[in-house]
Amino acid sequence: MTTAVADAHLAHDAEHHGPPAGWRRWVFSTNHKDIGTMYLVFSLLMFMIGGALALAIRAELFSPGLQFVEPHFFNQLTTMHALIMIFGAVMPAMVGLANWMIPLQIGAPDMALPRMNNLSFWILPFAFTLLLSTFFMDGGAAAGGWTMYPPLALQAGDSFPFTIFSIHLMGMSSIMGAINVIVTILNMRAPDMTLLKMPMFVWGWLITAYLLLAVMPVLAGAVTMLLTDQFFGTSFFLAAGGGDPVMYQHIFWFFGHPEVYIMILPAFGIVSEVIPTFARKPLFGHESMVYAMSCIAFLSFVVWAHHMFTVGMPLTGQLFFMFATMLIAVPTGVKVFNWTATMWRGSMTFETPMLFAIAFLFLFTIGGFSGLMVAIVPADIQYHDSYFVVAHFHYVLVPGSVFAIFAAVYYWLPKWTGTMYNEKLGKLHFWLSTIFVNILFFPMHFLGLAGMPRRIPDYSTQFADFNAVATIGAIGFGLSQLIFIWVVIQAIRGKGERASAKVWDNPKGLEWTVPSPAPHHTFETPPKVSTEVAFQ
Amino acid sequence: MTRRLLLGLALLIAAGSASADWAINMPQGVSEMSLQTYRLHMQVFWWCVAIGIVVFAVMIYTMVKHRRSRGHQAAQFHHNTKLEVVWTAIPVLILLIMAVPAAETLVELEYNQNPDLTVVVTGYQWRWHYDYPDHDISFFSSLDARSNQARRKRSGIDPYQVENYLLEVDNPLVVPRGAKVRVLITSKDVIHAWWVPALAIKKDAIPGFMNAVWFRAEESGTYRGQCAELCGMDHAYMPVVVEVVEPEAFAAWVEAQRGGEAAQAASDQAAAATRIAARHDIAGD
Repeated sequence: MTTAVADAHLAHDAEHHGPPAGWRRWVFSTNHKDIGTMYLVFSLLMFMIGGALALAIRAELFSPGLQFVEPHFFNQLTTMHALIMIFGAVMPAMVGLANWMIPLQIGAPDMALPRMNNLSFWILPFAFTLLLSTFFMDGGAAAGGWTMYPPLALQAGDSFPFTIFSIHLMGMSSIMGAINVIVTILNMRAPDMTLLKMPMFVWGWLITAYLLLAVMPVLAGAVTMLLTDQFFGTSFFLAAGGGDPVMYQHIFWFFGHPEVYIMILPAFGIVSEVIPTFARKPLFGHESMVYAMSCIAFLSFVVWAHHMFTVGMPLTGQLFFMFATMLIAVPTGVKVFNWTATMWRGSMTFETPMLFAIAFLFLFTIGGFSGLMVAIVPADIQYHDSYFVVAHFHYVLVPGSVFAIFAAVYYWLPKWTGTMYNEKLGKLHFWLSTIFVNILFFPMHFLGLAGMPRRIPDYSTQFADFNAVATIGAIGFGLSQLIFIWVVIQAIRGKGERASAKVWDNPKGLEWTVPSPAPHHTFETPPKVSTEVAFQ
Repeated sequence: MTRRLLLGLALLIAAGSASADWAINMPQGVSEMSLQTYRLHMQVFWWCVAIGIVVFAVMIYTMVKHRRSRGHQAAQFHHNTKLEVVWTAIPVLILLIMAVPAAETLVELEYNQNPDLTVVVTGYQWRWHYDYPDHDISFFSSLDARSNQARRKRSGIDPYQVENYLLEVDNPLVVPRGAKVRVLITSKDVIHAWWVPALAIKKDAIPGFMNAVWFRAEESGTYRGQCAELCGMDHAYMPVVVEVVEPEAFAAWVEAQRGGEAAQAASDQAAAATRIAARHDIAGD
């Protein structure tokens, strides 16, 4: 471990006296804080683009009949909205937080592989420029859904190979990010920080990184087979050539289900950091939290086919995947109970990060409930591919992952910028987001149960009312995010109170032992993990 | 949170008083299996409500009582093995209670042997093809003309003026009431899914695969559904309409179809002959 620290140290000798000025600082950066910032800014940009696509979708769905877009373009919107939000917004935001916080939380001077860190970020702008450029190609962007099921996905225009290549690029970026996280955590912790003493955000990310390493190559394989089916005469997934279209779905969801946890495990980590700080109480069940996350990660590999209950699997297969899926409720329940027990008999205050963490607690749980419902195969036959499912995964992703990211940004923004964000505006952002996110997604449960399929640009008049409500929610939610951007910009510009090193009322963790804003280089000598900052 | 609940409550009240437009729940359907599916759905839903009430009540209580503004001092406990065992064991028990009826229903759903009638459903971009192999009847089922006009952008037709907008076809699937109907489902191009909520059936139509489901409709009537698997541009425009009729009416329908089919085949042949003749003319030039 000492060698690793020393090596990383040497790599930074050149820029010991602060960052280079101008664009070089960002393009050539090997600094985990600058790269973290770039990841976060990039993900915010993608959040806005993906959100704009979502608003176009909701505008079209405001009332029955086609008003704004043609069906084919609508399918491009839904497909690209998903790809951008998953791979462009949520995942890079989590990686950005990992870059900023993991070295600070484990007392490391930087990420273990700083140059690879630079590469894994700078791949992303190219990947997404490529992906977004497909909108302007002959035949438009990918329109077969983000799941890209063949044979439909193969009925694409010129965009097809570009979409696949951009997914390859995103995969490479994720894999390198994951390697960096694992190597950093395993080799560069402060001397007294044993694995079980690690902060929960670091734990969440360690498990996430292993999931990424395991499944991103699987996605790459699946889309490569699509590519060869299209251009090189193979028939992996084409029934006419002896292939199997269902095999694609098995391979895709073997990636896809762990992917879901890739987006939520770091969020679990964030919430486990925020709640103890504002409850002024240690996290309840530190170890059981770790076991629960590991359990969820393990189970995520044996539940993939619950996305495929209508493809026609053998009875025993359906039973297995139903039972395995239901089991996930147990460790997830443990986590929710632990967070509740952390708040129990605490001394709570409700600053913006805590508000978002609490909203996460309530609304992620609602997403968990609908998750339990969709596990029940006979009922899922009704829910599958209906708006009920849309409601379910948006509940776990938006007031789940995205709210956790908001909580993290408000929680650590003073540490990053040295300036306290505007608490009043932060709270306004919270309340508007929370109210509108429910107006947006809750009616979708009703729509799905009443029989509205997902991914349709137009619908029968009986679905009109709740669709109108959802669209109003979408506009409100979208506009509320402008407050967030303003708050962040103001904090970056230093408009606000100076933040102290601790920022909050006696928070635990090494990140609070460095000044705010965190200097360009921190922990050049490994810190001592005193009882004051330790988690156990 | 309170606001969300209030909104939900307002919506529920609106739903109760208004028409089916505010439908908020799964239909009970018209078959034994759809009723069982509905019951499972409600059972799991009420479990979730019950768990939600307990968990959210504790969360809200602690948020109200254990806040610093009320001068509450933070306790410092951080684990309790007994408690953790209890709240791991209780969910396992609840899951077992849910899993047993779910598995039973699933086993029943999968038993598609000994049907009274078999129909073959084939998905096309973007319409369905229905085939009655025992009766030599087969036909396409496409979105009806009125919806098809109204659905166009700037069609000038108000969807509210179109009866069963997007949920009407030219030729529905006709089946007898009370008969066990086995539906064999496949596709000729991309993957589709055949969904009829009132019969609790949804099955993917996959090229190269033949999936089987079954239903026994207990009430006659017209039941509407849609393609549920994204199948391209006109995915929203291939509805499924199943007409359940009395057995005698079904027999009469079969007769009429056969007569009609014969006439149709004759006219098709004549048309084909004309086309071929026309082509020869062009080639002759």
